Amino acid sequence: MNDLSASSQIIQRAVLVRPGVVRRIRGLSDKSLAWLFITPTIVLLLAINIFPLVWTIYLSFTNYRANRANAPTKWLGADWYQSILTDPDIWAAMQVTAHFVIWTVVIETVLGFGLAFLIDKKFRGHGMWTTIILLPMMLSPAVVGNFWTFLYQPQIGLFNYVVAFLTGRDASSFQMLGDVTLSPWAIVIVDAWMWTPYVMLICLAGLRSIPDYIYEAAEVDRASKWRQFWSITLPMALPFIMLAVLFRGIENFKMFDMVNLLTGGGPGSTTEVASITLKRAAFESWRTGYSSAFAIILFVTVFGLANIYVKALNRVKSR
Amino acid sequence: MSLSNAAHSVVEPSAATRRFAGSLVVLYAIITMIPLVWIVLTSFKSPDDAISYPPKILFTPSLEGYCNLFTTRSRQTPEFIKTLGPPQGLCDGIARDRNMVIAGPSNYVPRFVNSLIIAFGSTVLAVALGTLSAYGFSRFRVPLKDDLLFFILSTRMMPPIAVAIPIYLMYRTLGLSDTRLGMILLYTSVNVSLAVWLLKGFIDEIPREYEEAAMIDGYTRFQAFVRVVLPQATTGIAATAIFCLIFAWNEYAFAVLLTSGNAQTAPPFIPIIIGEGGQDWPAVAAGTTFFLVPIVVFTVLLRKHLLRGITFGAVRK
Repeated sequence: MNDLSASSQIIQRAVLVRPGVVRRIRGLSDKSLAWLFITPTIVLLLAINIFPLVWTIYLSFTNYRANRANAPTKWLGADWYQSILTDPDIWAAMQVTAHFVIWTVVIETVLGFGLAFLIDKKFRGHGMWTTIILLPMMLSPAVVGNFWTFLYQPQIGLFNYVVAFLTGRDASSFQMLGDVTLSPWAIVIVDAWMWTPYVMLICLAGLRSIPDYIYEAAEVDRASKWRQFWSITLPMALPFIMLAVLFRGIENFKMFDMVNLLTGGGPGSTTEVASITLKRAAFESWRTGYSSAFAIILFVTVFGLANIYVKALNRVKSR
Repeated sequence: MSLSNAAHSVVEPSAATRRFAGSLVVLYAIITMIPLVWIVLTSFKSPDDAISYPPKILFTPSLEGYCNLFTTRSRQTPEFIKTLGPPQGLCDGIARDRNMVIAGPSNYVPRFVNSLIIAFGSTVLAVALGTLSAYGFSRFRVPLKDDLLFFILSTRMMPPIAVAIPIYLMYRTLGLSDTRLGMILLYTSVNVSLAVWLLKGFIDEIPREYEEAAMIDGYTRFQAFVRVVLPQATTGIAATAIFCLIFAWNEYAFAVLLTSGNAQTAPPFIPIIIGEGGQDWPAVAAGTTFFLVPIVVFTVLLRKHLLRGITFGAVRK
């Protein structure tokens, strides 16, 4: 109560003030205060993000190995970059990553937009059901990956049981995580389960941002519902859909935790997404220089793709 | 049909449409909840029920999963167990039925405590730093403002494994490997970008006139920030804090690569809970349930701000 009346008093006075007066106020100057406020964050990021990044760039030109820290380090130039870009294993990992990113983004966008479209019909209790649908995306991807290994167990898992029940196949006749053709889809299913709500939430915001009067005008012009969907709903929600695709694309390109616990990259290397290849090179074979170069390549790729995408996004937004 | 009714029905979906949409959404929600419900159910099953086929929906509830989660046990001969006297407590009784005795507490509680300390520590730091910077970016003319803000966001685009390589080397040199302080600093640096972006959005929404009026009344800029802006930004700060908390709580990649014992959090620990002869699924499920409950509570608390949080403040309503 007190707060409210105090601030309303303040507003009343603010109306009477001319802007010039404000600048002549005692205390720290705005300029020094600005730096005082911003510097700690920048220093922290420089120490824990940028310094390591620069170090990674340096290491990527050397033959340094973290498990042989005392061995003499040799400067190799761009050798690692050359060998990575011509390494068929790396290209295989990039293909696995592309399969994962593309399919998860497509499925999540279609399902997420569909759900948002339905929720936007504002049926009774839609608030509660929306919150329930959102739950999976808030959970720890590692813990989620781990408990899905239980659901995917061929003998005892619920997933296999349900599929067996619905299709009449034998529940132990297929292994979601052990089969070369099924495992890439196993990780897509879990990711879609977890992140469809994320796309749904952003699409829902997009649908709610469309003002009613546009639909009213369309109705006056006797545009069919179908036509309204394609010429009003979809184009106006598009910037939001693209934002969701951008965020999901970047996140899934970096995907590590969920896949690491579900399959660990296996069987063989059929689900070895880029981050898992990187982990194997960096923390299992201890090829620090090589993995640093790969890390830099990945970072540049994400950064480049994100930049191109943001430009496209802005173009759609300004239309 | 009267005209006014027709105009109304243009934007308001019909009752049938609503029912249809509602039933599809409810169907999706139920399917999506099955895995979660299954984990909670499994945590109350005995090991035999947990791995029975076909999967059991009806079963006699047991606390064995939770007992196994919190204790370590050793196998003994039935003759030895008979000499022990009456079991102490519920878990002891369950263990003795399986010819085991409780050898001591498991590592789950220390890992859980690590999760709490690291999550809260990094959240407090990230929100404090984030609030200051967000205010700075929101109110002052900072040179290269857009570049700095973009730089802060771009630190989030690095794949965690790529960051982990040099951090591993740096922490080894500084003696921060496997320490809570190291993990707190690392999570702070990841969260601070989210905190700055989210809080800048919240602070941008507070009219500047409030502080300016306070400064006319003789407050310095700093006093105005503390006494006028901070109270106004409480909701935003709380929402941001919960987002940081959830990130730190859920994080796995850094935790599994940079900690091994001392500072290990729960996510890398839960998957390695094993019993005799493979994974002890009820115990894993119990650990998972225990770990997920706080997140469910936070999600419900946060539902109005979720959208903003997950888009770094890009989408507000």
